[in-house]
Amino acid sequence: MSAISFKEVGKRYPGGHEALRGVTLDVEPGDMVFLTGHSGAGKSTLLKLIPAVERPTQGAVLVNGQNVGRMRAPAIPYLRRNLGLVFQDQKLLHDRNAFENVVLPLAAAGVAPRDAAKRVRAALDKVGLLDRERSNPATLSGGEQQRLCIARAIVNRPSILLADEPTANIDADLAAEIMAMFRDFNGVGVTVIIATHDLGLAARFASRTIRLDHGRVAR
Amino acid sequence: MRGWLRHHRQSLAAALRRVARDPLGSLLNALVIGVALALPLGAFVALATVERLVPTSATEPEMSVFLDLGATRADADRLRAELARLPGVRQVRFVPKDQALAEMGRTEGLAEIVAALGRNPLPDAFVLRLAPGAAAEDAASRAGGLAKVAKVQVDTAWVQRLQSILALGRAATLVLAALLGVGLVAATFNTVRLQLATRRDEVEVSRLVGATDAWIRRPFLYLGAVQGVLGALLAGAIVAAASWYLTPFLAGLARLYGGEPTPILPPPMLIGAATGLAAILGLMGAWISVSVHLRDRR
Ligand SMILES: Nc1ncnc2c1ncn2[C@@H]1O[C@H](COP(=O)(O)OP(=O)(O)OP(=O)(O)O)[C@@H](O)[C@H]1O
Ligand SMILES: [Mg+2]
Repeated sequence: MSAISFKEVGKRYPGGHEALRGVTLDVEPGDMVFLTGHSGAGKSTLLKLIPAVERPTQGAVLVNGQNVGRMRAPAIPYLRRNLGLVFQDQKLLHDRNAFENVVLPLAAAGVAPRDAAKRVRAALDKVGLLDRERSNPATLSGGEQQRLCIARAIVNRPSILLADEPTANIDADLAAEIMAMFRDFNGVGVTVIIATHDLGLAARFASRTIRLDHGRVAR
Repeated sequence: MRGWLRHHRQSLAAALRRVARDPLGSLLNALVIGVALALPLGAFVALATVERLVPTSATEPEMSVFLDLGATRADADRLRAELARLPGVRQVRFVPKDQALAEMGRTEGLAEIVAALGRNPLPDAFVLRLAPGAAAEDAASRAGGLAKVAKVQVDTAWVQRLQSILALGRAATLVLAALLGVGLVAATFNTVRLQLATRRDEVEVSRLVGATDAWIRRPFLYLGAVQGVLGALLAGAIVAAASWYLTPFLAGLARLYGGEPTPILPPPMLIGAATGLAAILGLMGAWISVSVHLRDRR
């Protein structure tokens, strides 16, 4: 069974814009896949369909065999607990420190505080931010903020990690560092999908690349 | 299950922290709710007080039938039988004029006047007690038509009128309480909506990382309930202060009607019930507010 499977998926936003058309693809468990394409090609839209942040208007999106496009609202939180999401616009909360940002997925899942604290520190350690757990995200550099987002995405040990432009606005060295991190996660069996416009980056990893063009998968 | 209980505890703590962090805003919120609740609460207390002032025996209508000054003992005996046969009459008590005068003599300030009287100016009289709800006016007009009856006086018409007014007051208070209850729901709806506006990102991110609607809603529900409770306690304090201020005025009224001049503090049961109700209403307001917010951002 594929980790993620799109079957003839279309997405038309309210207002009529068709962001995706006839998208069919499969991502196997343990794969690392790059999703590329011009700005507006539909990369973010495709990623948003997986945790049911957006719903397809055509076709079916399956995650571990479950049709998430048809999923009832009360089941969606449990779907998301099995996914790690790095958002294009980060979505860090600036009224709390790094630790409190990262602990949110565990708190929402009802993990006991002592257990949660251990796992948050392990995640912060993995992205090299253990000594910044008391810092407000606004006081962190761009690269550090990006790594904080990654820590939050991996803290609940997801089987699928979705990262939307995780290397935007950071220099090449940092970008390579972050990519290495994703490869490490992939190395321990996590399915990883990374959306990026940086074709060079994708090429360097010699991973499978899916290119989107105006909402269609380009061959 | 343990996690669930923990989150309830955390949500309550968070709500209390939120209140403590903004004491002025919280006080003003509690004041809005408190003043609104104080109105029906105060009305309940005032009604209870007036009820206590009215002698309860007087809920059964009474009337006095005064005989002609020249009526004889035989007339009185005949009238006793006739009066007892009137519809609705439950009890007939004869008050001879000597007894009436003696009672009057015992009243402070009247003793000397009575002593100075050469002869007894009072007539013999019957005091009739009617069944509760009996048509007092009808019985009175019939009694008035009997021979040797000089005058009939329905003593308790005012009590009946007062009872009707009290019943109206009770009903009006319930209507008031219901309206202000709706107001309380609206008030917490609004404060929680403002809270949600400032914490929109937190709600959005929580959802994205797998929080259920119930989990997101919980701290806000506690916030609504805590606000309702604070408002109710404040309402209790407002009513208690008002009662304390009004008690001396009441003492005079109580003496006039022969009731007990006790202070009119709101009973703890009533405060308790109001607090519980306010908590539930606050919770309802918060529930609606969060549900609307979450539904609009599906
Ligand atoms: N919520 C929305 N409502 C309406 N149109 C939208 C919405 N989100 C995206 N779109 C449109 O859908 C198209 C695809 O958007 P999407 O964000 O998926 O592109 P992208 O490939 O991620 O682009 P970028 O590289 O700039 O992030 C764009 O034309 C965009 O304007
Ligand atoms: Mg995008």
